[in-house]
Amino acid sequence: MEEPIVSVRTYVIVFVSLLVLAALTTYIASFDLGIWNTAVAMAIATAKMALVGLFFMHLWFKPGLTRVAVVCGFFWLGLLIALILVDVFTRNSIPRAIGTPL
Amino acid sequence: MSDNVAAGGPDINLPAHRHPHPGLHSHFETMEQQREAGTLGIWVFLATEILFFGGLFACYVEMRAIHYQGFQVGSHLLERNFGAAMTFILLASSFTMAMAVHSARTGSRRLLVVFLVLTIVLGAAFLGIKFTEYGQKWHEHLVPGFNFQPTSEQLKGAPAGNVEMFLCFYFFMTGLHALHMIIGIGILTVMTILGLKGRINADRYSYIEVSGLYWHFVDIIWIYLFPLLYLVGGR
Amino acid sequence: MSASVAEIPVESRVHYLNVDYGIKSWLFTTDHKRIALLYLGSITLMFFIGGIAALMMRLNLLEPNGAIVNPETYNKLFSMHGIVMVWFFLVPSIPATLGNFLVPLMIGARDVAFPKLNLLSWYIFIIGACFTLYAVISGGVDTGWTFYTPLSSLYLTTHVLAAASGIFITGFSSILTGLNFIVTIHRMRAPGLTWFRLPLFIWSLYATSVIFVLATPVLATTLMLVGLERVFHAGFFDPRLGGDPILFEHLFWFYSHPAVYIMILPAMGVISELITAFSKKRIFGYKAIAYSSMAIALVGFFVWGHHMFVSGQSAYAGLIFSALSFAVAIPSSVKVFNWTATLYKGSISYDAPMLYALGFIGLFTMGGLTGLFLASMAVDVHVHDTYFVIAHFHYIMVGGAVMGYLGGIHFWWPKITGRLYPDVWARLAAVTIFLGFNLTFFPQYILGYLGMPRRFAMYPPEFQALNVLSTAGASILGIGYFIPFIYLLWSIRYGPVAPANPWGAKGLEWERAPSPPPKENFEEIPVVTEGAYMYGNPESYNV
Repeated sequence: MEEPIVSVRTYVIVFVSLLVLAALTTYIASFDLGIWNTAVAMAIATAKMALVGLFFMHLWFKPGLTRVAVVCGFFWLGLLIALILVDVFTRNSIPRAIGTPL
Repeated sequence: MSDNVAAGGPDINLPAHRHPHPGLHSHFETMEQQREAGTLGIWVFLATEILFFGGLFACYVEMRAIHYQGFQVGSHLLERNFGAAMTFILLASSFTMAMAVHSARTGSRRLLVVFLVLTIVLGAAFLGIKFTEYGQKWHEHLVPGFNFQPTSEQLKGAPAGNVEMFLCFYFFMTGLHALHMIIGIGILTVMTILGLKGRINADRYSYIEVSGLYWHFVDIIWIYLFPLLYLVGGR
Repeated sequence: MSASVAEIPVESRVHYLNVDYGIKSWLFTTDHKRIALLYLGSITLMFFIGGIAALMMRLNLLEPNGAIVNPETYNKLFSMHGIVMVWFFLVPSIPATLGNFLVPLMIGARDVAFPKLNLLSWYIFIIGACFTLYAVISGGVDTGWTFYTPLSSLYLTTHVLAAASGIFITGFSSILTGLNFIVTIHRMRAPGLTWFRLPLFIWSLYATSVIFVLATPVLATTLMLVGLERVFHAGFFDPRLGGDPILFEHLFWFYSHPAVYIMILPAMGVISELITAFSKKRIFGYKAIAYSSMAIALVGFFVWGHHMFVSGQSAYAGLIFSALSFAVAIPSSVKVFNWTATLYKGSISYDAPMLYALGFIGLFTMGGLTGLFLASMAVDVHVHDTYFVIAHFHYIMVGGAVMGYLGGIHFWWPKITGRLYPDVWARLAAVTIFLGFNLTFFPQYILGYLGMPRRFAMYPPEFQALNVLSTAGASILGIGYFIPFIYLLWSIRYGPVAPANPWGAKGLEWERAPSPPPKENFEEIPVVTEGAYMYGNPESYNV
């Protein structure tokens, strides 16, 4: 079963959307939103990644196994980052025994 | 044909050695099996690359969480417009790459070569800006390990060590990315030559498809590098 | 239907070993079976090198003040022992030799999905090994196989970069092997060979390959970061520059814990094959064992922090890792129960492969249970960095993985070489290894519990008796390893010619391919119509 050929129109729409998102993220970064800067930037980056992945890389049309491989890669990376951050942010959360220096 | 095909296997009534397709390798039974194996192979490889870059991202994430101020200052030392320009160029190169694969599948050899060359040119433009940036950092005495001497108004009160660490990440991560780009340009050059020779067409497009996947992946890495390195904190 | 392959006299048969001759036909081969033998030779050499380091360590530990080397040299010995044994023997052992040889045969394919990539994997392995051997010869590395920072990134002048580069390079060999196996198993199974008809060895290699591709890249990045830190003083792991040494440990163990599952899962797969073949009984709980392999691969990624309980990692994170480490023991125990249930009322024969399998079950169980001691933080605080840990992982790696490897080599030797080895010597060697192993490592549990630290060239005099026992055991173990080396080599030339299926085992590699197989493996790709291990009366199975 051959993969369907994606239309030029789809590619153009996706490309324009990517440019818009790139401009948007650059523009938003000129404002100081505190912690939301990072959150918004990551959200936009993820949206761009999804567009490139689903349409330029044809994940939209691929069988489940390929999507599983991709999801696995991100899941494992997320695991690494998440547990490292759990460690870093809770290092001083449990009080040490009385008398031991910090 | 038979339930063995339904089970996902090859059609043994037409063994490969009797009617081989010119591009069929001898250990595969059918071209479809070969193509599916190649596609799964490149995706598994991309999953490994996610983890490879991911280790660097994990290191960056922890250090940024601990030293946000220094990282913010360091990010402001980068030229945001250059970063945006590189992003636009790379996104355009992904578009031309997708169009190149499309041209191969629709049998248009001329357009295939045109789009491949465009992709290579855009990739080279990206690298040109990147190396200009590196040179600029050298002139500004901001290269860690070599000539890192920031002025105090550049530091804005953040510890110099943290700013230097940010720039280490900048050079390592964009450097590794640039290395992948260079390899990608090499691959696309080979594809251009194969395309000119007519070895890529509507029946034999797995090489160009695989190259496209690699190129898009390198673009995705940049999609994350841009905000993480150039857009830390508002201005 | 042609004559049974076993009836064709072997002298007139062309098979993968004699189909062409000359060194170029070996160095440029893309035949997975020849590549497997290239690996076999290479890892045997590396095992020998790692073993020499171990021998010198154990000789040194005969005396409380060190008998033969000074402490600096001792540090280099244990580092090289670990590096060579982990990355250049255990990690490639079963996957790259038995896996490469058997995966296509067991699934009814002619080769792996990417044969040239397979050959490239071997060359990458050799290049990495050369870098590491250069590090050994030019003076060695003394960070331990774990390269902890800031010791490895700042303070040492030993050949950290060379060793780290060697391991970095070899990592790509494993990644490519894992990629090859995943694609091969997904896309090249014979018609009728559905997932739940696959041999369990394939399931275990599939799970191993998932770990290869997801964990090894992080090791590559980690070693790269250590190198960058050494050269450019970036400070990621240097507290004076704002870095965090524990970050290194997170990144390192994220790979290295799953790496231990890379080392044990294939051995478990071999044991599943051996237990069923030598009990002539269908394995108990096929699906449970298959799922447990995948569960070990998955949960094995969640537990890395149990190596870091005393490192300064937060206690909350430690709690999470401890709980998950208890969970990861469950799928392994499922396997042990199922193997034991398979033996029950089986028709058991005590050939050498079975002796290795039975030894595995006992020794792996002991090693695994002591892992639970280490998983509880309260106990680990006392035995971390002692010989208790060393005994634990050697029970699993040597009592488990190496015995599984040897069992597999002995089981499939007739298929690989077309020859039989002498039975009596094989069983004698298996028993010698079992006894020597226990004498070497059981005293180490006691030493660790009593507080003897690991990676120390010297120890308090009250520990001497146990150390001497351990060294005596190591000598016996060494002899035990040497015996198969002799008779297996002997058998290639002088052993009796093997029939296609000397054990009467089930499986495509036994029933559809001669010993040794032809280069293309099968005349025609087999069509599979039944599940795995259908021993005995078919009507008794409700498949």
